[in-house]
Amino acid sequence: MRPGSTRAACLALLRRDLLLVWRRRGDTLTPLLFALIVVALFPLAIGAQMETLRPIAVGVVFVATLLAGLLALDSLFRGDYEDGSLEQLVVSPHPLALLLACKIAVHWLTTALPLIALSPLLGELLFLDPALRGLLPLALALTTPLLSLIGAVCVALTVGMQRSGMLLALLVLPLYVPVLIFGAGACNAAQMGLPYLAPLLWLAAGLVLALVLAPLACAAALRISTS
Amino acid sequence: MPESRFHERPALLQARGLAFARNEEPIFGPLDFALHAGEVVLMEGDNGAGKTTLLRVLAGLIAPSQGEIFLNGEPLTLARLSPQLALLSHQGGLKHDLTALENLRFAAGLHGQRRGLSPVSALAAVGLDGFGEVPVRQLSAGQKKRVALARVLLAPVGLWLLDEPYANLDRSGIELVNRLLERHAHEGGAALITSHGAYAYTSGTPRRIALRPDPAGTESQGDTIVENTR
Amino acid sequence: MNTLTYWFHKLGSPPTFYRIATALQPWCYGVALVLGLIGLYGGLVVAPKDYQQGDAYRIIFVHVPCAWMGLFAYLFMAVNAFIALVWRIKLNEVLAMASAPVGAAFTFVTLVTGSLWGKPMWGTWWTWDARLTSELFLLFLYFGVIGLYNAIEDRRQAARAASFLALIGVVNLPIVHFSVNWWNTLHQGSTVRLFGPSRIDASMLWPLLLLAIATHLWFFGSVLARARGGLIELDAGKDWVRTLALAQSKPTASGVT
Repeated sequence: MRPGSTRAACLALLRRDLLLVWRRRGDTLTPLLFALIVVALFPLAIGAQMETLRPIAVGVVFVATLLAGLLALDSLFRGDYEDGSLEQLVVSPHPLALLLACKIAVHWLTTALPLIALSPLLGELLFLDPALRGLLPLALALTTPLLSLIGAVCVALTVGMQRSGMLLALLVLPLYVPVLIFGAGACNAAQMGLPYLAPLLWLAAGLVLALVLAPLACAAALRISTS
Repeated sequence: MPESRFHERPALLQARGLAFARNEEPIFGPLDFALHAGEVVLMEGDNGAGKTTLLRVLAGLIAPSQGEIFLNGEPLTLARLSPQLALLSHQGGLKHDLTALENLRFAAGLHGQRRGLSPVSALAAVGLDGFGEVPVRQLSAGQKKRVALARVLLAPVGLWLLDEPYANLDRSGIELVNRLLERHAHEGGAALITSHGAYAYTSGTPRRIALRPDPAGTESQGDTIVENTR
Repeated sequence: MNTLTYWFHKLGSPPTFYRIATALQPWCYGVALVLGLIGLYGGLVVAPKDYQQGDAYRIIFVHVPCAWMGLFAYLFMAVNAFIALVWRIKLNEVLAMASAPVGAAFTFVTLVTGSLWGKPMWGTWWTWDARLTSELFLLFLYFGVIGLYNAIEDRRQAARAASFLALIGVVNLPIVHFSVNWWNTLHQGSTVRLFGPSRIDASMLWPLLLLAIATHLWFFGSVLARARGGLIELDAGKDWVRTLALAQSKPTASGVT
């Protein structure tokens, strides 16, 4: 009898989840298209002049990314819950929090990273201030992992439900408020010529904290909702 | 406990006064039974008798409403149980977008693999030689069940908790399950399986526990009405 | 120590709690009503006009106690949620879930009075003031807890999941408040100053304090009422509920109520 090591388990899980995304790689485009459409709606709604769009460009890109991430969040545990592989993770001899952290990492890589890559294009559509071209992806790179980690805890709480979409939004969005404020706030401060490093550092600190605590909370939430 | 006279070691899995209720509606129990190493116990009950819930309680996924479970004489915790447990649940735990072999390789990574077995040989052992590269989505329900059984077989554990292992299987599949169970018990493992009665563990000498769909709540179920064919 | 744990256990048992709650509930409501009326009289009639805001400031006698209660109720819910999760005590699950709608109601009143107050002050129904914004997200947190509790079928599992969310909210609340404050300085929004820099006059203070006590008592009264309902629902099959139901149906059957 040869029980597997935790390292091997994490690697196997990472490989499996990446492979699953690869088999359904078309699905990863959905959040991107959603964000693109949301951004494209704004000029239609409020006018396409540069002077109206430029001040709100950062905010719109952030909200679009956040909503696209929310849309993608549902798929984090749903498939695993429905086919019973989530149960297998829970009864495996490895720390559940670590396994979930692997799942969240793959989810971030395959949903949020493409959105960050898309963000310069989204910014250009709204005449983003050229000075912010570097800062916007950086701020998104700090906010999106936080959104994934916090969101994962809420998804874990709603995992057994049939129609969880609206409820998930209700649970997640109040928790997203500080992340959004600091992420978009840093860019807005930079646009106004104010110092913007502090909110980014706050985000980084929050990210470190969430990296440690969110998987643990996620595991605890999952144990509650699958019981 | 009558068993203690025959077995010196504490039972692998023992339940005392085990009961579960959802919204104060009793699902099963109170139930007393013991599962020893080298033993296969068949849990029989009609639909809705609480077999699946009982299995999930025993797997540590749900906390019982009443009663205690002991693992080798110690109170059951997921940390103690998980290195010894292979669980076959109703859903099967397979990824339909992956091939049978990819599923088994992942399972081997997650749970480890039994000495002398590999994903390929485990697949052969359940009669799916040559189906390794087929996506699980394209397999029949019975073949999916066999892949899930291969996953159980591959795990280096002593305790099997199998929910309806006979469901969806043809005659040769049922014989296969019986053969696997017999060998597992012979090697010192133990298994608790559920069945709604249409199929049965025929070979060997199973102990049976009957779960009644409407537990009165006062009488104790389980070993009191076990017909021991041994 | 032993007597303490004994009393804790005794209080935690649903029948005992139910009995005590039944006895306490009318007192909570009654005293709250009396104190509330005195406080409102003091605030709306006795207290002098503000030299800057005129009569408009009088809304603080409703706004401020409700704002305190919105936070207090969340704290009460979170403490019960913590106990419910760690020690799996049924009563605390029920208490936590009973306080969520009451707290949400107080927070809602806070928001409504806050925006009503904004109209004479700034001419708009809503200002993105830091405190009002925080209160808004507090309300959303309450809605999340209530929504999650109602979405899960198993009552006890639902209570545990919602309790967990309430605890996450406790961590989140100070962060929200801090971030909203920072955001407010960035955007230079107008700030609702309830009392201004000057000290509050004693003639305004005593009605405020009376109303604060009244809202606390009202909160406990309605939490007890909701918790009684919750316990009856959870323990519907238990003996003590059966005896209770029989005892209550007897007098009605013979025409005495």
